[in-house]
Amino acid sequence: MPRAKTRKAVASTTPLTFDTLIASSSELTDTAASKCAIVMTTRIRLARNLAGHRFPGRASGEQRAEILDICRRTIGATALMQPACDLSISDLSDLQKQILVERHLISRELSASPNGSSVMISNDQTCAVMINEEDHLRIQFLRAGFQLKKAWAAVDAFDTAIEDTLEYAFSPALGYLTACPTNVGTGMRASAMMHLPALVISGHMEKVVRAVNQLGIVVRGQFGEGSEASGSIFQISNQTTLGESEGQIIKRLSSVLSAIVEHELNARALLIEKDAGKLCDKIGRAYGILQNAHLLSSGEAMNLLSLVRLGIDLGAFADTGRALVDRLFIETQPGHIQYGADAAELTPAARDQLRAAHIRRQFATFAAPDFGAIANRGAPQQN
Amino acid sequence: MANQLKCVVCGSPATVHFTQILNNKVHKLDLCETCAQEKGISTPGSFDLPLDLLHKKASGDKTAASEIETAAGLRCEKCGFTQADFKKTGRLGCPHCYETFKHLLDPMLDGMHKGTTHTGKVPRHAATRKEYHDRLSQLELTLASAIKDERYEDAARHRDEIAQIKQTYGKQDATC
Repeated sequence: MPRAKTRKAVASTTPLTFDTLIASSSELTDTAASKCAIVMTTRIRLARNLAGHRFPGRASGEQRAEILDICRRTIGATALMQPACDLSISDLSDLQKQILVERHLISRELSASPNGSSVMISNDQTCAVMINEEDHLRIQFLRAGFQLKKAWAAVDAFDTAIEDTLEYAFSPALGYLTACPTNVGTGMRASAMMHLPALVISGHMEKVVRAVNQLGIVVRGQFGEGSEASGSIFQISNQTTLGESEGQIIKRLSSVLSAIVEHELNARALLIEKDAGKLCDKIGRAYGILQNAHLLSSGEAMNLLSLVRLGIDLGAFADTGRALVDRLFIETQPGHIQYGADAAELTPAARDQLRAAHIRRQFATFAAPDFGAIANRGAPQQN
Repeated sequence: MANQLKCVVCGSPATVHFTQILNNKVHKLDLCETCAQEKGISTPGSFDLPLDLLHKKASGDKTAASEIETAAGLRCEKCGFTQADFKKTGRLGCPHCYETFKHLLDPMLDGMHKGTTHTGKVPRHAATRKEYHDRLSQLELTLASAIKDERYEDAARHRDEIAQIKQTYGKQDATC
């Protein structure tokens, strides 16, 4: 993975190109600063459409081009997008699109969209605006850790600034009008990426999913609808957008996320209490395989990295290792491996080999676990 | 086999039965495997109900069924979107479709959201724009009346005011 290894900070005034974008670090890949490690990232996206224009799915090529032009000029003029990385979807290769999907900067739907679609990404990669996805605008803000309120404040201010120039499709009764009625109202989807290994190991995740569903909260895999929850990473978001204000939705989601964090912590405590040795074994084996394996599929790598991340949270490894693990969650995705190889399309087996080699290199200097902290917690209490 | 459940999308025998309790309401869907796959609910990683199908559940309800029937011939005057298009894609064609398909959408929105009225953010300029349109229509009426009464000085003043307001706001309503 030569390119992935040469990660360097990009000067704030230099416009991002696709290559510098991938090479630079961002909140997404470096979440170690987060106080709450269980909530890896927080994301809020707003769906917006221009008044008097057909929704992208119904618009002609010419109309899509016109919408793109209007949106581009407006977004490009905002302070946050000075300068912006403006990528036309039709100019990107399939691999480049796959990488942007793996980095959560664009959706699968946008990557499959016809001409006249674009994504504009801020220099620090905390803001990505998709133009002509399902709606004219999908404005996304990302923050490391559990920061729903901060993410909302940022996206709200950006949205208000855009609204100075663009007239949104808005109805006093139904709010922001969107192509799909599931998004009408606030047009807001707030979500958190959560790492819940203990709930998965103890088999309680299904119960959690069922319980939060009843509260209008949805649980998906890491890459959204239909994706698998590998690495015990789940995307948890509000399902409904009409009938509640943004503040109420965020408050409701926050309390559900806090409850899930609590359940995960309890599940971890219980795993240690029940059989600390078994848990240490899982974490130790994961570390051993990551450090020595020569073939690793994406799913296996995710699951092993997840166990090491759990080990970090429990004190078996140094806290500083979390940034590496979070970065590897992204860099070991198939698109990133192919991109790093800089060669013709790899077979899955060749990818597995390169993935293992990359992880081995990264783990070469990763200090061995010290299970004292876990073993002490698991020791029977003396009264 | 008596009473075999049929797919709510295509009518083939249903093999995927989905139940979800959302906001204390039970939503059930019966789908064939192909349609379930298309809606992305046959994959184990997906846990949510395809909300665009929720209105199907109301088809057993007489009121909802008749509403759907009434709306069947509707076509959006702005973008030409039809109810068949909506059933097929689960998406609307343009903002005006919300007016066109109001009767069809109202029961759907009731089923899929916490409420039926927006209580969140209002674009800062939405209120101002409404004021602008109201003021413009009022001034146009006053202008017409001044011309009718041959009060030309008043008319000229109103004309200038109208021009000034249009220049200030600078935007005309776009059309589909």
